[in-house]
Amino acid sequence: MSENEVKTEELTIPQKREDIPEPKIGAHAAKVIADTITIIVLTCLAILFLIPIAAVVMNSFKKKIYLAQNKGNAFELLTKKSWNGFKNYTEGAKAVGMTSAIKNSFIITIFAVIVLILLTAMTAWYLVRVKSKVTSIIYYGFVFSMVVPFQMVMFTMANLADMLGLTTVTGLIVLYVGFGAGMCVFMFSGFVKAIPIDVEEAAMIDGCNPLQTFFRVVVPMLRPTMITVAILESMWIWNDYLLPKLTLPTEVKTIPLAIDACTGSHGTYQLGWLMAMLVIAIIPIIIFYLSCQKHIIKGVAAGAVKG
Amino acid sequence: MNNRTLKKYFPIFVLPTLIAFMIAFVIPFIMGIYLSFCKFNTIRDAEWVGIKNYINIFSDDKTFVQALVRTVKFTVVSVVIINIGAFALALLLTRKLPGTNIFRTIFFMPNLIGGIVLGYIWKETLDTLTRKIFKLPFAYTGRNFGFWGLVLVMCWQLMGYMMIIYIAGIQNIPEDVMEAAKIDGATPFQILYKITIPLVMPSVTICLFLTLSNSFKLYDQNYALNGNSNKTSLLALDIYKTFYGASSYAEGRGQAKAVIFFIIVAVITFAQLGLTRSKEVES
Repeated sequence: MSENEVKTEELTIPQKREDIPEPKIGAHAAKVIADTITIIVLTCLAILFLIPIAAVVMNSFKKKIYLAQNKGNAFELLTKKSWNGFKNYTEGAKAVGMTSAIKNSFIITIFAVIVLILLTAMTAWYLVRVKSKVTSIIYYGFVFSMVVPFQMVMFTMANLADMLGLTTVTGLIVLYVGFGAGMCVFMFSGFVKAIPIDVEEAAMIDGCNPLQTFFRVVVPMLRPTMITVAILESMWIWNDYLLPKLTLPTEVKTIPLAIDACTGSHGTYQLGWLMAMLVIAIIPIIIFYLSCQKHIIKGVAAGAVKG
Repeated sequence: MNNRTLKKYFPIFVLPTLIAFMIAFVIPFIMGIYLSFCKFNTIRDAEWVGIKNYINIFSDDKTFVQALVRTVKFTVVSVVIINIGAFALALLLTRKLPGTNIFRTIFFMPNLIGGIVLGYIWKETLDTLTRKIFKLPFAYTGRNFGFWGLVLVMCWQLMGYMMIIYIAGIQNIPEDVMEAAKIDGATPFQILYKITIPLVMPSVTICLFLTLSNSFKLYDQNYALNGNSNKTSLLALDIYKTFYGASSYAEGRGQAKAVIFFIIVAVITFAQLGLTRSKEVES
């Protein structure tokens, strides 16, 4: 049976193709040439895109003298002579406290994103479903905050956080929830508006209280949006430099702060350490990207359309 | 929906977010506006001085106007280059060639790397390129390469991102339109100008404003790449330096700069909203 099916398909396809005017041989050759050139150009561009990262990876294994300002060349290939093993990694990590920085970055990003997503989804649902003057004022307050650049509130926020004792990892999570709330509420309410209200009403009639309705009915429907928002927010928080720099005490670092510390004072820090720390900083991002590339690209495109 | 039952849940559903929002945004914002009219060192010792800070920005302190001009230049240059480049990449990657996915992955990746990490990666790369390979007389920290170096880093980071949006736009063009044009004998250039570009205009608007606001608000890369030179500070970095720089009682000026910065960004955003809204109505 299956063989027959295949055969009939093979037979029908050429018949269909006869309807289309045959492309000239010259045109076909031109297309092949154009395609080849395109691929060559793209490959060159891709290599150019990767060279800086490759250079950093390579240099992270070089000895100090091979990276010196006036001697070394950062693009010189690694040789047996310049090979330094993992010394840059171990020494650098010790000097800037990279282990605790990685820990802090993970704690801050994961907890801030979870709290942010949960609280703002609840808020957005409430604001859309309860119509009153107060809720619309609050909603527009959130939307307004998206327009305001960080520098506008930078100084006063850091001062206020200091006064309220929020200059800790936990305090930073509170600040991220507050500063990220605007965009999250905006994106969630856009999707809540599109959810039919009937399902929720049915749940309420069946005796669910608002919390049960939210967690059992609304959250499952919001899941795709939650993933999108979570990706956008974790990219922001993971990479953020200024907010932790202004609020955390100098001995508590996140990854961007630790990287910055590598360039602190020239005498005590080495270029190789910086390279090694940069590699450590990139690895989680690349793993994250390659493991959920589809979600990330979708999320980033959606975020662009919304914000 | 039984609104009255839900209404009682305000403390659970809204209050926690609202408190965090108050601390992180509302109170700092209102205080920020007030403090821009004050002389102060911390928020507790503010002393009202009227619009003196604003006058100072434009008379005594030359860095603000310089940074503003530089930021506008930088924004225009990077918006043009990034969008042309990203659109070209998108065109090449929608031709259904082998390996398209790998290219897309590579071009998009820099976008996920944060500004500080990105800035330091490029600082070393540019250093070697200028000093060792091309033996240029000026280093990246100098006047010239700082600006163009920043443009280069921005392109490297944002081109892949914009490319993704353009690819989505191009893929949304109905195939029969393309087919019809080909059958009518349109040349590839005619197809590009008469069909592809007009039909991806919504993506163009999105990308233009995304690159615009990203370049205008740029801080991390600017700080990492040339934080130690005053001659290549963009607005955000200039504001930071005014706040936390060496001169005492400059905080008032910093806050006034921040207010002006906010107004410019708000105007850009509202222009974007207006434009995208009117486009949506048309289609």
